[in-house]
Amino acid sequence: MPPKVIATAIEKVYETAVGPFTAIHDFSLTVDDGEFVCIVGPSGCGKSTFLRIVAGLDQQSDGTVLIVPGSDPRKPTNNVVFQEYAIFPWKTLLDNVAFGLQMRGIGKAARYAVALDWLERVGLRKFAHYYPHQISGGMKQRVSIARALANDPEVLLMDEPLGALDAQTRTVLQEELLRIWEANRKTVIYITHSLDEAILLGDRVVLMTATPGTCKEIFTVDLPRPRTIELTGSAAYTDLKLKIWESLRVEVDRAMEAQR
Amino acid sequence: MAVTEIESKKSQASPQQGTDPSLGKSLLGYGSALLLWGLLFWITGSWQTYWWLGLTVIFVLVTVAANRVGRVVPLRHRRRYEQLLAFGFPLLLLIAWEWLVRGGILNARWFPPPTRIAVALYDLTVSYDQFNETSLLGRPWLIPTRLLTEGWPGVAALFAESHVFATLSRVFLGFFIGAVPGIFLGMIMGMNRTVRLMLDTTMSAAYVLPKIAIFPIMMLLFADPFGEGPKVAVVAISAFFLVAINTMVGVRDIDPVLIQAARNYGAKGWQLFYHVIIPGALPVIFAGLRLALGTALIVIVAIEFVRAKKGVGFMTYYYWEILSTEKMYAGLVVVMVLGVLLTYGLQWVEKRAMPWEK
Repeated sequence: MPPKVIATAIEKVYETAVGPFTAIHDFSLTVDDGEFVCIVGPSGCGKSTFLRIVAGLDQQSDGTVLIVPGSDPRKPTNNVVFQEYAIFPWKTLLDNVAFGLQMRGIGKAARYAVALDWLERVGLRKFAHYYPHQISGGMKQRVSIARALANDPEVLLMDEPLGALDAQTRTVLQEELLRIWEANRKTVIYITHSLDEAILLGDRVVLMTATPGTCKEIFTVDLPRPRTIELTGSAAYTDLKLKIWESLRVEVDRAMEAQR
Repeated sequence: MAVTEIESKKSQASPQQGTDPSLGKSLLGYGSALLLWGLLFWITGSWQTYWWLGLTVIFVLVTVAANRVGRVVPLRHRRRYEQLLAFGFPLLLLIAWEWLVRGGILNARWFPPPTRIAVALYDLTVSYDQFNETSLLGRPWLIPTRLLTEGWPGVAALFAESHVFATLSRVFLGFFIGAVPGIFLGMIMGMNRTVRLMLDTTMSAAYVLPKIAIFPIMMLLFADPFGEGPKVAVVAISAFFLVAINTMVGVRDIDPVLIQAARNYGAKGWQLFYHVIIPGALPVIFAGLRLALGTALIVIVAIEFVRAKKGVGFMTYYYWEILSTEKMYAGLVVVMVLGVLLTYGLQWVEKRAMPWEK
């Protein structure tokens, strides 16, 4: 598969009152077309910042990010699924999911058809005319995911999308994500602090070091697809999780040390 | 007399009396405490001097009893119980007032009882003030004949002579002239840091200034100092600052992640404004509009006290000057009714403008 996202030597330095602070140092990553890459690392390591740089919401201090355009130039390069859902409280679920298409000037009938189709796929079709305050957190995140997929971007960027949900809802949504992704194979960069999530969903797991964040190790997840939650009981899964955790643990300790 | 009123209210509000055996007993306790207290005051002749103490204790007892009832009201009667509290309490106040005046404890000259105020209100509605050439509502009894002779413009002309029209037109005109630029400036201040920093201190200073104090300046500025111009201008200025400050806060309070999301999905310029900034700030803008509308009414009544030939404020002050206190109180009642109607009207608009709000 050809590369879809090429990030080279990303550097992010914040100016603070006590001098410059390096959040990300010399971080390079190439994601292939149709690949699901998870980034894990201790909290505060700059993984979300990296995602925001790829999304264009933040500016890197040095280095380059390239999202290779597809055959259809009208397609958006990326869309973000935020941990805080970030769906608009004043729009119905239908209008929320159709938002990206609306911004691209697609007519009402066409964009509603696409939005309804995506609401159907995340099981929310009958709630199409509800407002967000009428639905639960798990449903809100489904809407946010549907909004991103309905817009059909080149790359889907997910910033700890299930981080704010309770454990049971999270498991259900992980399976739903697997099902949806395995059906349409979009290029995904997925930030998480859960190793289970990273291994279950990802083709590769990128491990970042504690501040300043840089790439420590990349693990290839050689587990067969389609995957389900039962996978988490297999020996290959447990071995890989242990291997990543040994490496991650050092960074977590360092991060905690630095905070002290 | 007040005591029996209270008793009947309580039994109405407790539909579940049968299911809670201790409720009847405790209500009986509160009832007898009320009776005993009233009797004690009556025997010792304390009502004349210590009526305020007597009433306070009665109101506290009623509140405790209503609270006791509130604990057992079943869910399906909850709404009726809440309405009873909301309207029963002011009714009790009015009854107490009436009783205090009739009992000769308060002076009827300065505190006419509510029934006489109601009569005065009726008088004002059906009479025409020859001296001021005005009426409260615009001589409604002439509507049928005017409608036949002059049509709807004739009816409108009738209403235009009224005190209520004079006050409402000043309020609406001033509110509109102030609120629209207020929203615009507030939006700009919310979005642009430079403008906000430049104006924030000035706005805060202007905001606390009592707007009635700039009425003389407004009179200097207008060609006709006694006309409508200065009055409307003061109302507009009062509304302007409240709306501008609230709009600014509303824009600033929008969750930044929503703006990031909108940008990420390609919203720019006008799209961002229309789809995110305006709806996001709308709840706080409406809070500002509510404040501004209330303030507009307060300000216009004060101005009409000082300098006007028409208007509810003018009417109220006029009847104070000729010591017709019932009609003065009637004027205050009209102001309160207008305030309630304006608030309800704005709430009606608010519900339709923001269907997503709970």
